[in-house]
Amino acid sequence: MKKMTGMQRKRITQKVAFSLFRLLSFAVVGILFWILGFIIVKGIGVVDWEFLTSAPEDGMTGGGIFPAIVGTLALIVGSMIVAFPIGVFSGIYISEYAGNNWIVKFIRIMTNNLSGVPSIVFGLFGMALFVNALEFGDSIIAGSFTLGLLVLPVVIRTTEEALRAIDDSYRVGSLALGASKLQTIRKVILPMAMPNITTGLILSIGRVSGETAPILFTAVAYFLPKLPASIFDQVMALPYHLYVISTSGTDITAARPIAYGTALVLIMMVLFFNIMASVLRKYFSKKTLS
Amino acid sequence: MKLRKVTELIAEKFLMLCSSVTTLTVILIVIFLFSEGMGLFKSSDIEEGYALVVNSENPVSKLSPEQIMEVFDSKVTLWSEVGGNDEPILLFRLNDLPAYFTEEEMGDELQYVPQCIGQLVSKEPGIIAFVPKMYVDSTASGIKVMEEGHIRPGDFFDGKYWYPTSQPAPLFGVLPLVMGTLWVSLWAILIALPFGLAVAIYLAELADSRLRSMLKPVIELLAGIPSVVYGFFGLVVIVPLIQKGFGLSVGETGLAGSIILAIMALPTIITVAEDALRTTPRSMKEASLSLGASHWQTIYKVVIPYSLSGITAAVVLGIGRAIGETMAVLMVTGNAAVIPTTLLEPMRTIPATIAAELGEAPAGGAHYEALFMLGCILFVMTLIISISVEFINSKKIGRQ
Amino acid sequence: MVAIASKNVNFYYNDFHALKNINMEIEKNTVTALIGPSGCGKSTFLRLFNRMNDLIDGAKLTGEILIDGVDIYAKGIEVDELRKNVGMVFQKPNPFPKSIFENVAYGLRVNGVRDKKYIEQRVEESLKGAALWNEVKDKLKKSAFELSGGQQQRLCIARALAISPSILLMDEPASALDPISTLKVEDLIYELKENYTIVIVTHNMQQAGRVSDKTAFFYMGELIEYDDTKKIFLNPAKEATQNYITGRFG
Repeated sequence: MKKMTGMQRKRITQKVAFSLFRLLSFAVVGILFWILGFIIVKGIGVVDWEFLTSAPEDGMTGGGIFPAIVGTLALIVGSMIVAFPIGVFSGIYISEYAGNNWIVKFIRIMTNNLSGVPSIVFGLFGMALFVNALEFGDSIIAGSFTLGLLVLPVVIRTTEEALRAIDDSYRVGSLALGASKLQTIRKVILPMAMPNITTGLILSIGRVSGETAPILFTAVAYFLPKLPASIFDQVMALPYHLYVISTSGTDITAARPIAYGTALVLIMMVLFFNIMASVLRKYFSKKTLS
Repeated sequence: MKLRKVTELIAEKFLMLCSSVTTLTVILIVIFLFSEGMGLFKSSDIEEGYALVVNSENPVSKLSPEQIMEVFDSKVTLWSEVGGNDEPILLFRLNDLPAYFTEEEMGDELQYVPQCIGQLVSKEPGIIAFVPKMYVDSTASGIKVMEEGHIRPGDFFDGKYWYPTSQPAPLFGVLPLVMGTLWVSLWAILIALPFGLAVAIYLAELADSRLRSMLKPVIELLAGIPSVVYGFFGLVVIVPLIQKGFGLSVGETGLAGSIILAIMALPTIITVAEDALRTTPRSMKEASLSLGASHWQTIYKVVIPYSLSGITAAVVLGIGRAIGETMAVLMVTGNAAVIPTTLLEPMRTIPATIAAELGEAPAGGAHYEALFMLGCILFVMTLIISISVEFINSKKIGRQ
Repeated sequence: MVAIASKNVNFYYNDFHALKNINMEIEKNTVTALIGPSGCGKSTFLRLFNRMNDLIDGAKLTGEILIDGVDIYAKGIEVDELRKNVGMVFQKPNPFPKSIFENVAYGLRVNGVRDKKYIEQRVEESLKGAALWNEVKDKLKKSAFELSGGQQQRLCIARALAISPSILLMDEPASALDPISTLKVEDLIYELKENYTIVIVTHNMQQAGRVSDKTAFFYMGELIEYDDTKKIFLNPAKEATQNYITGRFG
């Protein structure tokens, strides 16, 4: 009888525990849908072609967000020009050349450390180095370098993983045919790894497009009447725009609809890159399987 | 053939150079942060270009920044409270000058102001004058310029007040900011942990592949949402909820920050903890089940203890994520630089302080340097996090 | 008396037909060896007796497995009750990352036993039963990982004995051990036969010959031959059995 109740208790505990886990898991899904749903519902009425293609008016309470979209795109392109080649080359060195010695361990630890550095510290660093010491001023180029260094660890890691996923037999096979190491990498390994590297690139674009703190003091302006003409110009950017019009400005309440619209555009942009990355990943993995 | 070898060598060296960029960046971050930040301790503790002048009879020749603030805020009104005579303190700022002297006495180009100040200070035994150095005639009799000091590390690391723009002496005490950061982050993790662990266990042990393929993208999307959007959501949804729910005058509180940070830390906690739970060998789980343990007993008696170090790493990484987060916190915590006593009051974190103030701090000034010093603290905090995760992971490998 | 009976058992992993129409009865207090080449289904069959295959996605069973006359796959059977009665020892020693004492006490604790005295008594009895008591009685609080491989495996046997099962399943219990430890485990199996019905999967023909009363030969998911061990080894009825035993394949 005593044991019987023990067994029952055991079963009831399990039921309670598992129901709780299920509940909490669905709560997390609920949170995502709450956030997304809220911003979509509030923002969908604001976003139209006009909103996407015109400049802000009436002290940020009217008009659109075109300059901010242009600025964010400029920063994305700029930071990728910085991060992509350096990241891919580093990944190649780490996985193909360096072996497993202390250099690699050291580089890996440093890369890990870099990816743990808070984005606001990148902002400080970018301001001290690119804006002040190198005298770029607040500009696309200073922001691009700062953001580029921020996502560098992501690019390195995805490249490394993409290269590691390739079976050694391909390397041995190519080398056996008399190809040099460099030729093997260029002609055999890189083409095979390219799909996964591309996925990583798109993911890091998603990351870059939403970052605010690093560009706060290196690139962005509250309002610019003209689009940037060169890489040494300041820009507006979507995430900063959202921050500014929702916390400061002449009339926060009047700017609220614009804020919802900006949040929606920003979130759609980021989700687009994320979803594109995962679709590509699935597509490529199917292709390599068949 | 020889050319090919040279190309190979050049390529290798070039790739090696590229891979040193991350290391170089870390080093440069350290150099710039610390060289700018350390300047703080060489700055004067009184506002640049100004001096404090007292009567030459006054035995007090040095005041700490906190004392100066108390004096000029009229919290301290007697010299005896700061180690001087039993004399009331008379505050004098430059714009008080017309109350004592006529325009003629000051001269039409203000050329006689130094004499006026000297005259006034030598006459008033309890006076303390905060004036530009250019107006101080140090040769005049009966006046004494107070000793100027540097901002000391103790004032910074152990200071309870963060008033970076206060006059005559700005106060750069980081305690309220450090405490604010830790409070908001630790509560965030406490809120996130039950959810994070539940989802991790659900994913690793309970969900079938169909549910997993639905839950995984949800978590990736949560990780993908930019922090400024979280901040915006917090500002327009969470903050009003807290204000109404707790009947507060302002909803921008530490709690709002903790809730938003908890959501933001979830993906990190879930992913790392799930990976850790999955490292439990199948044979270990089977052994437990074969002894009549229920699935749940197996999870909490075998799977969780086995992956405890990985779960710890997940928590530590989550804290790291929360400590460094800037925009979301800046937008919802209210940013009052006070040492927190409850979660229901405004708080201010280190990253939020940097983001909010760097724009207004003139480059090279004490305030600017103090913000870089905050950056150093943040950098060291995250370094400690990285190292402890490394340590936890290495211990795990050692055990197996 | 029949302890375990398998009636028309078919077992599938998704599309793979892993066991084909197995009919077999195992007597109480005997040692039965399941032999056959890798992938023949002998381990799968063993794991049906404590429903260990339930954990695998896409597993499907038809037919009946009766233990003491009860269909263990029938509705209303509580799997943990069943597993309390059917202990299992695995291929590789898999002690928990706990102390020696806690390893043996684990099964009692998860089944709701709180009585400290009783637990201590059962731990001692089980360790004695697994011929390990003398080696570990002074270090019960030490981690189980400090034991040698052979000791760990006997600890796992003690752990299984602690919950007083009537049946003991052993999945190649000595395959990861050195020859001396293997002998110790085999001696133990011989002693345990008095109180338990033992089913053992083994790759090692000599081992099957040494420890078992009856032997079942599996090949490609089918039960080819099942008889007294002596008969199987000296005078098998089927040619396939003969070939396997004499080492022509497997």
